Amino acid sequence: MRKPAESNRRQFIRLAGSAAMLSAAPLTTMRPAEATPAMLAAAIRTVTGAAVVHAGKVKLDVPPLVENGNTVPLTVSVASPMTRDDHVRSIHVFNEKNPQPNIGNFYLGPQAGRAQISTRIRLADSQKIVAIAHLSDGSFWSESADVVVTLAACTEELI
Amino acid sequence: MAAALINVPKHARRGEVIEIKTLMSHIMETGYRHTAEGAVVPRDIITSFVCRYNGAEVFRAELFPAIAANPFISFFTTATESGKLEFEWIGDNGFSETASASIAVE
Repeated sequence: MRKPAESNRRQFIRLAGSAAMLSAAPLTTMRPAEATPAMLAAAIRTVTGAAVVHAGKVKLDVPPLVENGNTVPLTVSVASPMTRDDHVRSIHVFNEKNPQPNIGNFYLGPQAGRAQISTRIRLADSQKIVAIAHLSDGSFWSESADVVVTLAACTEELI
Repeated sequence: MAAALINVPKHARRGEVIEIKTLMSHIMETGYRHTAEGAVVPRDIITSFVCRYNGAEVFRAELFPAIAANPFISFFTTATESGKLEFEWIGDNGFSETASASIAVE
């Protein structure tokens, strides 16, 4: 009598385990599509083309710990004299795990005087933010920052 | 319609770099949210923002669903001459709003 009882328990555990797996699978498919690091890389390539992206010059100001992912203050500044010969053409901001890898593209010129923009963004998860600056000489510079989000955007349901 | 909030200095010295802050009231619906019934809430966002200084474009932005509701954008420009700064927001479902501010440059 002892042996069948044991095998029943094992069967039960195996069944319970697979049931948990099954119930977990639809949960993951219910989540909104996530941008992957590959999508992030592809989005960056649409801006930079084949050009090399250097690290530096760009300063990305975003809080390292965010309580509410629905509005996250973000400031990007680029060290540039902003003259006619040497200025920032555009600033591009990307993320890793929102449904879409793009956040915003900002086009400036020498008349801006200072290469700095601020906005407020949404973050669906704790993730990496990447800012890329396109300079007048054609070079690309970037910085990234990691943000921890405790309450993510996009998850609440409408009634 | 007081949909837009704009902060531009009234006076500036010639050549001074000034900060411009703008805020447009808009839901910025991402298109990635679902109703309780499972239907997708269609996207409704502002897709572009332009600032013109006496007719010449000085700043432009392309926005994506990752920009928070009531998009706030701040940027800088050089005060070159007295005149008008015009702002334009364009978005989904034919959304289009404009605003303007004048600046006196000595």
